Amino acid sequence: MGISKEEVLHVAHLARLEFSEEEVELFTTQLADILDYVAQLNELDTSKIEPTYHAVPMSNVFRKDEVKPSSPVEDVLANAPERENGFFVVPKVIK
Amino acid sequence: MQFEAVIGLEVHAQLTTASKIFCSCSTAFGAAPNTHVCEVCMAAPGTLPVLNKKVVDYAIKLALATNATIHPVAVFARKNYFYPDLPKGYQISQYDLPIATGGYIQIEVGSQTKRIRLVRIHMEEDAGKLIHDEHRPVSFVDFNRTGVPLLEIVSEPDIRSPEEAVAYLKKLRAILRYLEICDGNMEEGSLRCDANISIRPLGSKELGTKVELKNMNSFKHVQRALEYEIRRQTALYLDGKEIIQETRLFDVEKGVTVSMRGKEEAHDYRYFPDPDLVPLKVDDQWVEDIRQTLPELPDVKKERFMKEYGLPAYDAEIIISSRHLAEFFEACVKIFPKPKIVSNWIMTEVLRELNREGKEIHETKLTPELFTELLKLLEDNVISSTAAKKVFSEVYKTGKRPAQIVEEQGLRQESDEETLRAICQKLVKEHPKEVEKYRSGKKGVIGFFVGQVMRETKGKANPKVVNKLLTELLESE
Repeated sequence: MGISKEEVLHVAHLARLEFSEEEVELFTTQLADILDYVAQLNELDTSKIEPTYHAVPMSNVFRKDEVKPSSPVEDVLANAPERENGFFVVPKVIK
Repeated sequence: MQFEAVIGLEVHAQLTTASKIFCSCSTAFGAAPNTHVCEVCMAAPGTLPVLNKKVVDYAIKLALATNATIHPVAVFARKNYFYPDLPKGYQISQYDLPIATGGYIQIEVGSQTKRIRLVRIHMEEDAGKLIHDEHRPVSFVDFNRTGVPLLEIVSEPDIRSPEEAVAYLKKLRAILRYLEICDGNMEEGSLRCDANISIRPLGSKELGTKVELKNMNSFKHVQRALEYEIRRQTALYLDGKEIIQETRLFDVEKGVTVSMRGKEEAHDYRYFPDPDLVPLKVDDQWVEDIRQTLPELPDVKKERFMKEYGLPAYDAEIIISSRHLAEFFEACVKIFPKPKIVSNWIMTEVLRELNREGKEIHETKLTPELFTELLKLLEDNVISSTAAKKVFSEVYKTGKRPAQIVEEQGLRQESDEETLRAICQKLVKEHPKEVEKYRSGKKGVIGFFVGQVMRETKGKANPKVVNKLLTELLESE
């Protein structure tokens, strides 16, 4: 199996994580170990086995299409670092 | 060198459920920002999404209406990306096990019927809305739209022109509206369309590099954006330049597409089954129950209108574009059984008013009773066709009875031969020079006499009768 340093950096970027050089080295080794460990499962023939979509053997959990009160807007905005007229304010995301 | 476009469309249809797809917040449009939001919308730790059953019902409806294959097991997946309109850091969507695949939508191209095949139909949640400040470097986030249910409908790249793309969208919208699962309003964003487009030399089987187009929020924009993109790609091709695979936004003001720089990094969504939601199983009974609720769909109605009422394909396609208009047409034909006259008037006068106001027929004061009364007045020569148009706009505006308008405005046409003959005789006597001209072969002079009769009668004379009487008088001697 194994994983390259570039792949580790790519995954880190997707998760918006920054690592030091040492951490990247360490995680590359550790992730490779994990992948190798899980790869043992490939030794099994699962071609005739139904995939497990969910750990709980259940299906069709529904709610009715009914409106219930939403949260007070004060609660919704409670953790907002910045707000204005009921909106969350974020750094501009388009040029 | 001739080129052809290869176009596939990705449409997002907002469903008209009362509540969101995974929580009980309202989906109503236009509320104050962040007032239709709860812990589930905001991804508060410890909350769990629970699927709205009606969303599945609606997805099954559309799948049946487009002849798609409904899958017995469907699974929701997380599509991971960071953007401020997405509180969870992922959108709950469907990936390798969507509710339906395949199927097709039928469109009219010239006089031919063409099937545009579908890749898939899947359910997902909408994201929030961002408003960008004009002056400051900030954006405002409203999460009311977060979690509003969407159906994503992906077509195969079977579309060959901007016209076909618009025809496909119109038909899809008609189906969604017939099913009453989406209001289909592109301007308000309840129906959204992205396009993948490439070009290739006519006759080539290979696909060119495709470009994704976004931000087209009306049929007209879709048409213009695709037309522009075909010109742009053709010019690049002929100059021997490379067409870059990228996402481009349609600039409505300038009528051009612009590269969306900064988003060029290839998407890496790392889809995986959402452990918060259990699999969805749809059995035959459920599908059958939904099938029973389906209305007569646009294509079937069109066929029937052509067969039952003898309408040309063109007329039928226009009339069935709206379920309400089709119902209006049928109600009219029941009272006034001349389908072609009814459809002619609907396609001209009625649709002109509806399009001008952006309304559907049932939202106006025009009823089948009023409309057919008007057509009857015209048919019986009580009013002229010019007067009929005048009466029509009055009926449309006020909802008054046509007969009443005719009386009030003195629009009744004079068709009585005795009355008109007397006027004609008088005029012929008064204008011997013109009579001579006519008799020496200048038949066009009859127009002069018709004009005189109209002046005498203040435009109320039935021109057909006048013409007949004048010809008789002038020819005899």
